[in-house]
Amino acid sequence: MVNLIWAFMAIVGIVYAMFNGTMDEVNKALFESADEAVKLSIGLISILVFWLGIMKIAEEAGILKVLAKLMRPIVVKIFPEIPKDHPAMGYILSNFTANMFGLGNAATPLGIKAMEQMKELSGTDTASRSMITFLAINTAGLTIIPSTIIAIRMQYDSVSPTEIVGTTIIATGISLISALLLDRFFYYRSIRRK
Amino acid sequence: MGIITAISTWLIPCFLLIVLLTATWKRIPAYELFVEGGKEGVKMAFSLLPFLVGMLVAISILRSSGVLEAFIHFISPLLTFIGVPPDIVPLALVRPISGNAALGVTSELIATHGPDSFIGRLASTMQGSTDTTLYILTVYFGAVGIKKMRYAVKVGLLADLVGIIASIIIVTLVFG
Repeated sequence: MVNLIWAFMAIVGIVYAMFNGTMDEVNKALFESADEAVKLSIGLISILVFWLGIMKIAEEAGILKVLAKLMRPIVVKIFPEIPKDHPAMGYILSNFTANMFGLGNAATPLGIKAMEQMKELSGTDTASRSMITFLAINTAGLTIIPSTIIAIRMQYDSVSPTEIVGTTIIATGISLISALLLDRFFYYRSIRRK
Repeated sequence: MGIITAISTWLIPCFLLIVLLTATWKRIPAYELFVEGGKEGVKMAFSLLPFLVGMLVAISILRSSGVLEAFIHFISPLLTFIGVPPDIVPLALVRPISGNAALGVTSELIATHGPDSFIGRLASTMQGSTDTTLYILTVYFGAVGIKKMRYAVKVGLLADLVGIIASIIIVTLVFG
């Protein structure tokens, strides 16, 4: 899908430029934007190094574990089909905490582990109710601190790079709650149909 | 709305303080761990590079050819009527499909309009407030061999839509 969109953007632009007489601009923009993208990626290094460094300390210091413990009572309610002490629950909690701090690379393997455990519980190749709930939460996102965005804003000389943290948390909260509600809605609809 | 801005400013320094105090109290080699984690940051920035080059170039072709402008001009009466800034449309379309591609679109919007403009803030919030639905479904279901996804795609995409609308409303309320 992204392949199509990407190619489509460039193709439409070039074809339009042929008739619009803007080929000069296109030619210039091509190389300028590639240059810009490289500068941007290099500029991101500073904050990504800093943030992932701090997160590594947080992880080793057990802060993520404390958070997982705090969230446990809520998460147990969200997944009624998973037994309380099943290993799936542990992986789900660590996936959520890793996601909250923008540790995408750490969150993915934990999430896959959680999915494996849930598959063992259900024993089929059809998505179970818990799996869909788990993915709904993951797709809605759990970010508290959007570190990459902050880095990009710094790179473009924002007066206040972190001013969007508050709005991001609220928007994340709303999409999370609606994901959970939609998940419940479609689940009950699917069992009523049977 | 002052409280939301205050939270934004205080959250990160306070979090740092807690992490460093806990680490020192527990006698964990904080500096060494920092360096170890930081190396991942370098890797991450470099792995983003090709995504950013690809997306920024494609968008710059669209923009410089004039077609994006023409398209935005064409749909803007409808979008302005419902309160959506037309420039944000490409981001809303790409966000559920690819996170890194969306990051490219967001960077381009911030570069063009400025990070402290309405569009810049809205793009930042939108990028941060939802994750890449189709990528997550593909990776997680694919990894464990789930073939029937049932209503998962519907839930994910509808929640994205709510997230996008929520971002627009909140950014308008706080910064508008």
